[in-house]
Amino acid sequence: MPHIELSNDLPGIRGLAAYRPETGRSLYELAEALLCSESTLSRAERELIGAYVSSRNECAFCTGSHAAASRQLFGDDASVVDSVLRDVTEAPISAKLKALLVIAGKVQRDGKSVLEADVAEARRFGATDREIHDTVLIAAAFSMFNRYVDGLATRAPADPEAYREMGQMMAERGYARRLSQIINA
Amino acid sequence: MTHIPVPEGMPGIRGPMMFRPETALPLNMLAEVLLQGPSTLSKGERELIGTYVSNLNQCKYCATMHGAVASHHLGNAGVVKQVWGDPEAAPISAKLKTLLRIAGKVQEGGRRVTDEDVAAAKAEGATDIEIHDTVLIAAAFCMFNRYVDGLATWAPDDQSIYDQIGAQRAEQGYLTPMTPVSPPLS
Repeated sequence: MPHIELSNDLPGIRGLAAYRPETGRSLYELAEALLCSESTLSRAERELIGAYVSSRNECAFCTGSHAAASRQLFGDDASVVDSVLRDVTEAPISAKLKALLVIAGKVQRDGKSVLEADVAEARRFGATDREIHDTVLIAAAFSMFNRYVDGLATRAPADPEAYREMGQMMAERGYARRLSQIINA
Repeated sequence: MTHIPVPEGMPGIRGPMMFRPETALPLNMLAEVLLQGPSTLSKGERELIGTYVSNLNQCKYCATMHGAVASHHLGNAGVVKQVWGDPEAAPISAKLKTLLRIAGKVQEGGRRVTDEDVAAAKAEGATDIEIHDTVLIAAAFCMFNRYVDGLATWAPDDQSIYDQIGAQRAEQGYLTPMTPVSPPLS
């Protein structure tokens, strides 16, 4: 049961955004800018970074929903998501994405653990300044989202089908449009 | 050196925010709502939560900066250092102590917050929305700290730079333009 009375039965961050739309708006706009707006990283890749960090933080709701969004966006290559969550070193992904996931994993632990060598490695495989910036901020933002969702003990559905449906909506509508739906529900 | 090119004279989060204004906007809006918006927690108390978490994350820029903002609001720099050292012994309300305990748990990991931690805060009069905002402030600083340190941004040694920006943020909030400060002479 959530630590506070949310007056709604929406799961995870959706229940919190409905409870406090003033902060929900900034959070969903941040997610929209980072995960959906124009970028040389695909939307599937960015959702995967979020799911990877959430999985390291053992946040069931964020891992389940963002992994589902990433699977949806990867389409025929959906199995890549589960490979990364199982063992990133063995996953069939580009060397660039692997290097970015190493950076994201370090940010999840502690910002200061990201070394010049980690950044140089990502650049060697073609990562741009903007891709490095966005990877760090996506990983940092999920370090927030995960703590927010679990720190208030929000509801995380047990049924995988619930996440599949959420992932499909996230992939189709992004976050800005999702928010107006949640607030106006 | 910062991992990505940022404008000269922009310490801490200001560098990456100038690099990528599209994400700076929701980040600043979040800080504004949480730290400056209407609340039954004072602005000084909310900034204390931010600097406390930043200090636990050993993020020099955010801890010093939000310590300066808190000092400006509270008219007292001593309490910030006491909160960094031992919040239980600091001259703050019993309610704020219970909220800082929750914030400290959030810093370690969201799932560390227990029913007992929340019950203790409620027993001291904390409301649901105060508990909500405490958790989100602590979580947000876990993001800001990682953003600032994950990109190896410039954290000045000169306290006067923090006092200057801290006063500006305390008085104007988080939505006014960022002005560069002079880098240290080398």
